[in-house]
Amino acid sequence: MPKNYIPILMFMALGCLFPLVTLALLRLIRPSDPHKAKLSPYECGVDPVYQPRERYTVRYYIVAILFVVFDVETVFLFPWAIRYDVLGLFGLMEMLVFLGILVVGFIWLWKQGALEWV
Amino acid sequence: MVPLNYFLILAAILFCLGVIGFVMKRNLITMFMSIELMLNSVNLTFVAFSRHINVLSGQIFVFFVMVIAAAEAAVGLAIIVAFYRNRESLNVDEVDRMKL
Amino acid sequence: MFNQFFQVSDIVAIYPQLLLALFGLGVLIVDLFLDRPWKVLNAFTALLGIGYATYALFQIRRFNVSAYNGAIVNDSFAVYFQFVFLIATALVIFISARYLSIEGEHRGDYYALILFSLIGMNFMVMGMDIITLYIALELMAVSEYILVGYLRTNRQSNEASLKFFLLGAFSSGILLYGISLLYGISGSTDLRVIGQKLAERPANDPVTLVALVTLAAGLLFKVAGVPFHQWLPDAYEGAPSPITAFISVAPKAAAFALTLRFLFIALKPLQVNWVPMLSVICVLTMTVGNITAISQSNIKRLLAYSSIAHAGYLMLGMIAGNDYGITGIAIYFLVYMFMNIGAWTLVVAMRRKDLIGDQIQDMSGMFQKNPAAAVLMLIFMLSLAGIPPTAGFIGKYYLFASVIQTKHYVLAVIAVLNAAISLYYYFRVVVVMFMNDKVDEEKMVLSPGVLTTLAVTLAFTLIIGIYPDPFIRFAQNSLSLFQ
Repeated sequence: MPKNYIPILMFMALGCLFPLVTLALLRLIRPSDPHKAKLSPYECGVDPVYQPRERYTVRYYIVAILFVVFDVETVFLFPWAIRYDVLGLFGLMEMLVFLGILVVGFIWLWKQGALEWV
Repeated sequence: MVPLNYFLILAAILFCLGVIGFVMKRNLITMFMSIELMLNSVNLTFVAFSRHINVLSGQIFVFFVMVIAAAEAAVGLAIIVAFYRNRESLNVDEVDRMKL
Repeated sequence: MFNQFFQVSDIVAIYPQLLLALFGLGVLIVDLFLDRPWKVLNAFTALLGIGYATYALFQIRRFNVSAYNGAIVNDSFAVYFQFVFLIATALVIFISARYLSIEGEHRGDYYALILFSLIGMNFMVMGMDIITLYIALELMAVSEYILVGYLRTNRQSNEASLKFFLLGAFSSGILLYGISLLYGISGSTDLRVIGQKLAERPANDPVTLVALVTLAAGLLFKVAGVPFHQWLPDAYEGAPSPITAFISVAPKAAAFALTLRFLFIALKPLQVNWVPMLSVICVLTMTVGNITAISQSNIKRLLAYSSIAHAGYLMLGMIAGNDYGITGIAIYFLVYMFMNIGAWTLVVAMRRKDLIGDQIQDMSGMFQKNPAAAVLMLIFMLSLAGIPPTAGFIGKYYLFASVIQTKHYVLAVIAVLNAAISLYYYFRVVVVMFMNDKVDEEKMVLSPGVLTTLAVTLAFTLIIGIYPDPFIRFAQNSLSLFQ
């Protein structure tokens, strides 16, 4: 069984070698002429005035948290969607209850102001 | 087909990495990610077993583990944000208001 | 709309939980339309829900339904523990309102979360399927993480919830790994099938042992057995006091019930393996809990370590594993609920605008200021220490007798010695209350809710101690675990 992995290993080795070989080859051929304009981050445009690594405000996290919850909950819709003809009315009711609970949560956080971008 | 043992060993390694990460790391977010790694290794175990013995319930379990992991992530991040607001740090060594 | 996936009996089996869910969601919505002075209505809504659920549970208590293809079994073991959870939650809701107003965090989601965690605990005792059990466990745990960190601007509360969350999630991961191995071994998610499949395997199968160890570690985290107990004192100290009263009783009982289901149904064939392991942990838990409690100056931490020690006593019943042991665990939780919530209620009542009231010194001279409260605390402490004629004695008697029946004499001796140690620190609190002079004049304010809880807990602590027969018969319901 391990020999089935040999193509994968070969592919990985090739993948690693390719950029290294290319870079080494180009270094031999290309002319080297560094000057100030060329070394700046943007050759045409404004120089950056402050460090780009700023902290995100906490609001992004709240939106991210809410997104994760509501996004992942939909995973339960897939099994139902595939077999809805077998599950019939019972399945539909079950899903409506499930979505109803999600909607209650949604109304609550909306009213709490978690979706306001102040 | 890849034999069952491969998956189980990979899952066990991932699980151990998660445990080690949780014990060794000092950053709250990293510790939190280690827990997620543990849960995902469990998911892998479930799916591998489920496919091997041809019973679907393991894959259903994975759905629930994923959803609960998401809920835990939401609550965990909220707690971490609340902690950060009062503390301005995410280092677990500063969780020292109460000594053991 | 009924078909092969669904029967009427399914709805009947979970009817109390459906009511609780309805009321929990209702509290969330109603809270949005309530102004600040009216928040106490949320407490009444939650109590109403618990009342309805208790009534519904009372109606179905003898049905012994097995629902959802055996994933949920509402046997008398489950019904007994559900009654315990419902009563404990109601008592805690009574003492919450005033404390939360003082902290300035009186909102409706608190009650909703308590109800959700109650639903989780109910399903933990009813579940026969590892998927149900896991979801129920997490529903309980996630609600608790939020409740422990409920005081958002309080650093201690943040920290407590952070530690509780990290270690709780970690332990869930370990538990889940054990569950996944059990699933792989048996190919089923039903505890009973897992038990049958395990019995067919050789005794010292390595995979089975790994599953046993990871599962045990996860469960021991939840019941806070030494050496997995470090999260507990911090979580108990930082949490709002009513929540500490709650999580020291109901979730602990739920975790024990879950452990019992695992040990005596799924892992029954491995009993020779887990009894020695549990014996060591039991001794460690009792001893470390009691010895550490001696040096605490904070009443919340003292009660936290005492609750670790009580978890140790409760493990005696599991080690014995006979009728006496299981009845002992059941009656002990009933008793422990009343005496522990009683003691915590007094800690809650100590809180006022200018005093956190969690140092033992803050209780100085309580006998001069509030003689009634001091006497109550004395009774609860006597009961926690297990002195007759209080209820605590009955619980300890059953647990200690169960290990004597199974000839674990060493364990019984260690347990009795531990009970003697515990007398020392319980009495230290009493001595401070009765002997020290008062430090200030301000008396304890006893709100109607606090008074209700105190009256109920006091009454049952004394009644169970003096006339235990009906309660023991009630607790013997839990023996359906073995069927």
